[in-house]
Amino acid sequence: MTELILDKVTFGYSDERDIFTDIDLRIDKPQLLTILGPNGVGKSTLIHCINRILHPRSGKVMLDGTDVADYPTKELAKMIGYVPCSSGTTFPMSVADTVMMGRYPHSGSRRTEKDLRIVYNSLSMLGIEDLAMRSFAELSAGQHQKVMLARGLAQESEILLLDEPTSNLDIKHQMNVTRLLKELADKRGMIVVMICHDLNIASRYSDRIVMLHEGRIFADGTPDKVLTAENIESVYGVSCQVVEFEGRPHVMLCDSGVDQLVLSDEAPVSFRGDSAVPDPRRP
Amino acid sequence: MPYEEFRKDYRSGVNKKLLILLSVFVLAVVASFLRIAFDQYNIDFFEAYSVLIDHLTGVPVENELDEYIVWDRTTPRAISVFLVGAGLGVCGAAMQSTLKNPLADPYMTGISSGANFGISVAIVYGISLVPFLGGQAGMIANAFLLSLVPALFIVGVSIVKSISPAMMILVGVSVMYVFSAATTMINLMASPTQYVQIYTWALGTLGSIEWQHLPFILAATVVGVTSLTFLNARLNLLSYTDRESISLGLSPKGTRLLMIVIVSLVTAILVCFSGTIGFVGLVAPHVMRIIIGSDNRYLIPASAFGGALMLAVADTIAVKILPSGLPVGVITSLIGGPLFIYILIRQHKKIWS
Repeated sequence: MTELILDKVTFGYSDERDIFTDIDLRIDKPQLLTILGPNGVGKSTLIHCINRILHPRSGKVMLDGTDVADYPTKELAKMIGYVPCSSGTTFPMSVADTVMMGRYPHSGSRRTEKDLRIVYNSLSMLGIEDLAMRSFAELSAGQHQKVMLARGLAQESEILLLDEPTSNLDIKHQMNVTRLLKELADKRGMIVVMICHDLNIASRYSDRIVMLHEGRIFADGTPDKVLTAENIESVYGVSCQVVEFEGRPHVMLCDSGVDQLVLSDEAPVSFRGDSAVPDPRRP
Repeated sequence: MPYEEFRKDYRSGVNKKLLILLSVFVLAVVASFLRIAFDQYNIDFFEAYSVLIDHLTGVPVENELDEYIVWDRTTPRAISVFLVGAGLGVCGAAMQSTLKNPLADPYMTGISSGANFGISVAIVYGISLVPFLGGQAGMIANAFLLSLVPALFIVGVSIVKSISPAMMILVGVSVMYVFSAATTMINLMASPTQYVQIYTWALGTLGSIEWQHLPFILAATVVGVTSLTFLNARLNLLSYTDRESISLGLSPKGTRLLMIVIVSLVTAILVCFSGTIGFVGLVAPHVMRIIIGSDNRYLIPASAFGGALMLAVADTIAVKILPSGLPVGVITSLIGGPLFIYILIRQHKKIWS
């Protein structure tokens, strides 16, 4: 059984300021774990410390008893799959070849029949096998996200890390994809760690929710333990009501009491009568 | 869509790419072979091949001038055209993926500026960096050693400080400006004859290629094409963000340096014998991208054959367009430029994001 343990992990991009300090987290059972927290709290940074895109300043990330820093890069990629929030390349390939990249840690530059089968399975799990021969560049943002998911699945790892995997999907596909992630944990015994901003999607499908706040784990537990009005108010600064719906907490947000963004008192320059920029429509 | 149908689509896509690869290869070989029959000295088209066959089979050739033209001038030049074009093509494609930049070409690390400096130093001051090596050999040695200096800077800086591909390009360009300025200073002191010599070399010419140069060019191209083809999967990963390549099992920093070392060594050897032949290394990969796609598994060999084809055609035009011939670098840019713009406007697929 795969086991992932974060032991007093501290990280900062500069020496002066830590993003988070002494994070302890133990994931020793298959589960869908969702990381919640406001922008800039370090959710992505935490995930990047797990799969060694970033290196913690102190503390350790232990995977099956070994520090991830001691794994060869390819071995780590066999164990931990990753779906970024967005993918970037100057030279897009076809969808099938993009997903085929997920086979690199297993097969290197070979492309076997088995690899092709896995690429197909990954695509068809997400219902996008019809896009296989299309160019990645011609697809929509939502389709891009599904291709990234398929590439992560093609890694056939025991742990899958996902950075906002449903941010560009419509409501139906948000639910389908998150349910699929839950099934990966339930039926395949995978550890799935997802970053999400949709509290209700997180509530509906997660086994466990970790809420980050001010560089620490603020709450950790099942959705009904973590998603309380008090917690959400403290972490996000948004008041809300939490009701039970279909056996899970459902969050309804209140507009009152939210720190407002303030519209600037100054009117845009071009609207002003004494504008330095002449209005071209006026003679 | 069932798996069988998916598999059939995928395989037919692969077969189409292999067919394109084979066609470009055949075209490149044919173009290089035809190149044998053209020279500034007029020689009959069919006569050229009968002279070649006679020479190869040991039959005495009556016309010594014809034999000289075909065997000592056009044949080594035709072979070098194929090899140099192929080498520049793969290096350009690899550099584009490595630096994640469609503007990258084999000289991106400032190789040509270093080589030009070496040539100027050799011609104007008669200084050879390798002791006891004078004349042409000394020039070649100078060009080779100095062309690697800018690349060494890039590698050195990236070892000391971890730098992004964009910073690598900026370091390369900065070193290039320093070398260009130094070269300009030396060239101002050159005599008119020396200056012509320097200038012709800088433009890129295959006119001085001899049989004895071919082993070096052959070795460089073979090493370049085979190693970069072998590394195709890594090039694919490198063209994505570093965080993606790490998560897929590749160390981008080390791999990037490896690619820069391979490309720099291969290009440095080629540039010593051919001078700076612009445009082929930039454009051949892009034309092949439009035809065969950006998967480096096929793009790398395709860029080799595409580069060979492009240079063979350009060199044939270069040698025939004026009675005195033109440096091939002029033709690749003069005709290649407008042609590439035309192709860019005509193509409808989204090749670059």
